[in-house]
Amino acid sequence: MKERVILHSDLNNFYASVECLHRPEIRAKPVAVCGDPLLRHGIVLAKNYPAKATGIQTGEAIWQAQQKCPGLIVLPPNFGLYLRFARLAREIYASYTDQVEPFGLDEAWLDVTGSCHVYGDGREIADQIRVRIKEEMGVTASVGVSYNKIFAKLGSDMKKPDATTVITSDNFRQMVWPLPAGDLLYVGRATKRKLAARGIISIGDIALADPAWLRSLLGKWGEVLWSFANGLDSSPVVRMGEEAQIKSVGNSITAPRDLETDEDVEMTFYVLSESVAERMREHGFKCRTAQIYVRDKNLYSISTQGKFLRPTQLSSDLAEKAMSLFHAHYTWENPVRSLGVKGTDLVAADSCEQLFLFEDEERRRKQEKIEAAVDGLRHRFGHFSIQRALLLQDEKLGAINPREDHVIHPVAFFKEGRLP
Amino acid sequence: MEERRYCNPDKVYVSVKAVFYPDGGFKPTSLIWEDGREYAIDRVIDIRRAASLKAGGTGMRYTCRIENKTVYLFLEEDRWFMERRGS
Repeated sequence: MKERVILHSDLNNFYASVECLHRPEIRAKPVAVCGDPLLRHGIVLAKNYPAKATGIQTGEAIWQAQQKCPGLIVLPPNFGLYLRFARLAREIYASYTDQVEPFGLDEAWLDVTGSCHVYGDGREIADQIRVRIKEEMGVTASVGVSYNKIFAKLGSDMKKPDATTVITSDNFRQMVWPLPAGDLLYVGRATKRKLAARGIISIGDIALADPAWLRSLLGKWGEVLWSFANGLDSSPVVRMGEEAQIKSVGNSITAPRDLETDEDVEMTFYVLSESVAERMREHGFKCRTAQIYVRDKNLYSISTQGKFLRPTQLSSDLAEKAMSLFHAHYTWENPVRSLGVKGTDLVAADSCEQLFLFEDEERRRKQEKIEAAVDGLRHRFGHFSIQRALLLQDEKLGAINPREDHVIHPVAFFKEGRLP
Repeated sequence: MEERRYCNPDKVYVSVKAVFYPDGGFKPTSLIWEDGREYAIDRVIDIRRAASLKAGGTGMRYTCRIENKTVYLFLEEDRWFMERRGS
């Protein structure tokens, strides 16, 4: 088979670049886009090059960043604007190929194998895309070109900003193998430590190791990493509109203050359940299982799940289930910092359903209608136009709007969380 | 979510009058500068998506001839803006 031509485009310092474009007066100064410290999301989400030069890292607390760089300009994120820019980038990608697979907001893979006879080889297409992103969007991108997704992604990391890097089957041993093992997708901190303890420092070391030995060390991921390192990754770039089927609908939040009582937790679960239920209704799903996630203030976390007797998309069902799971599994040794609720085991909302003999089915149908009516009201008049009385007990907790404050969801490389 | 507005002195939002054609599409015909003066757009030379580094924004850029000068007029979402000259 002909070798594929795959591009990985990475918008440089995405959030910070978009902010700097809109505020010419701060472009030359160190800038960091940070979450809201009052809501305890106060970490660095992105920074520009002057800020990077002072050693500031993404994920640091704001005060740490300010210690490294006293003159740092700290900006709140403007997610609506970033979404618009991500869409603009995708429109540019779409003019070269219909195989565009976004990876977060600022990254995407493109399979341009079929477009090369129209637009030129991989490097030429990459250069065209970079020019267009610079001229049409006012930000820069670095693009990696290779014959598989893994090397394309490594390539886009090599030269920044606004550069093209080509990794071929002839030069990958010189270009990729000297890189530290941690640069490889799916080598996280734990894996890196395990490998380093056995003298495996670079990607080349992984490539030259015995795959069976890696498997015994890391499980099936060992072989996957070995194939990544040898350029044998053959996972396809997903065609637009063929994104993986939704497997679960969930929402989690770091509370604006530590939760200390059952009432606090209950309130937060209701907020989260309402948004999860609303999204399930929007996508036409019911869930058969609820999952909760609890993290205490020492960052110790548990996750547990329970089944419903019947599929549901009612926020009250979700919240009650979440609460009972919480009671069963959390012992209140510490205050709670974050909570999450997820509906999984999804079924289509209009599929047949077993009715119950001893439950008031009419009441249940009414309940469903009420929740749908609430969705309608919120759609027309805003999220806070109607609220549960329960949520009025605490101004701070009740004021969380998980639906609109959380527009950006993390993604995984293997969409189903499974190996290829 | 509400988009925060940025205020940049070199980004001048203007009122624009336009003709909408029955078969779709439109053309700006005149603009009203911040001092209230109205300028007729004699010709639109070029239309393309472009960023304005000076004004800080991005949108469809209309290259226009106005009183024998070439100027850029940007349509960003639903607002028109221009770059302030020579500041």
